[in-house]
Amino acid sequence: MTGIEIDLDIYPDEASLLEALKRGEPEACACLVKQYAPRVYAIAIRMLNDPDDAEEVLQETFISACKNIHKFEGRSALGTWLHRIATNAALMHLRKRKHREVSLDEPIEMAGGEDIYREVEDGSLAPDDHAMNSEVRDMLEKAIAQLPETLRAVFILREIEGYSTEETANILGISVSATKVRLHRARLRLRELLAPYLA
Amino acid sequence: MSAQSQHTHTNSCHEVLAHLNDYIDGELAPELCEALEAHLEVCEDCRVVFDTLNKTLYLVHQLRNTSPQLPETVEYRLFAVLNLEQFVPKKPE
Repeated sequence: MTGIEIDLDIYPDEASLLEALKRGEPEACACLVKQYAPRVYAIAIRMLNDPDDAEEVLQETFISACKNIHKFEGRSALGTWLHRIATNAALMHLRKRKHREVSLDEPIEMAGGEDIYREVEDGSLAPDDHAMNSEVRDMLEKAIAQLPETLRAVFILREIEGYSTEETANILGISVSATKVRLHRARLRLRELLAPYLA
Repeated sequence: MSAQSQHTHTNSCHEVLAHLNDYIDGELAPELCEALEAHLEVCEDCRVVFDTLNKTLYLVHQLRNTSPQLPETVEYRLFAVLNLEQFVPKKPE
């Protein structure tokens, strides 16, 4: 693990970490962040495909978690609870984005009547290893980003984060059958998007 | 036009597509599995869908090992926003 060094052994299990969080110990909060922030960030960046928005979601998730930790009843794992907060925050961002979205393909009309085209920054992801060919990884990430938001959320949680169908349904607050339908559509849609490369 | 490209999606093809997810997840009833497998044997279109879907999922599952990294600066700002600066190492003067 890189970055800030935190002794994660102070709290030997989730129950003791939770108790310390409820007592408001800053060390517990630091442990929580160190342990879960990378995965929360990974979900956010895959959902939003934008590092700035993903950072906002990351911060919102942990601010909300620290503020509401007394409401956490331990019916799910702490990580699952955090992922639920992060996924909902990411979906909120996507909805807000829809309202302010301007087509990137549309030229910007200048005062002199001249059109200029937007330069789009490459928001590609920084992998933590090079096991997968970067071209294939980029192609996959771009295809996943093209999935409609509701399908994308199910797909990321189920296929990349490795949650079961029931856990995914629980995180998103939807039924198991709705999760299955969305997963089915997401898989087939992604297959269509990737079909030219898979032949 | 080859016989293969003239293949039209019959009810059976639609049923196969509808059950493909459960089949891949190992959640399809054994008798339906047999029917699906028998169909895949004879229907090239469905077999292509099945194969490319499997390849897609295989590739997607590789992403589990290549998670986007949390940049150090993002981590620092997160600690700051949570008033946890005491854990952030001081830069050498």
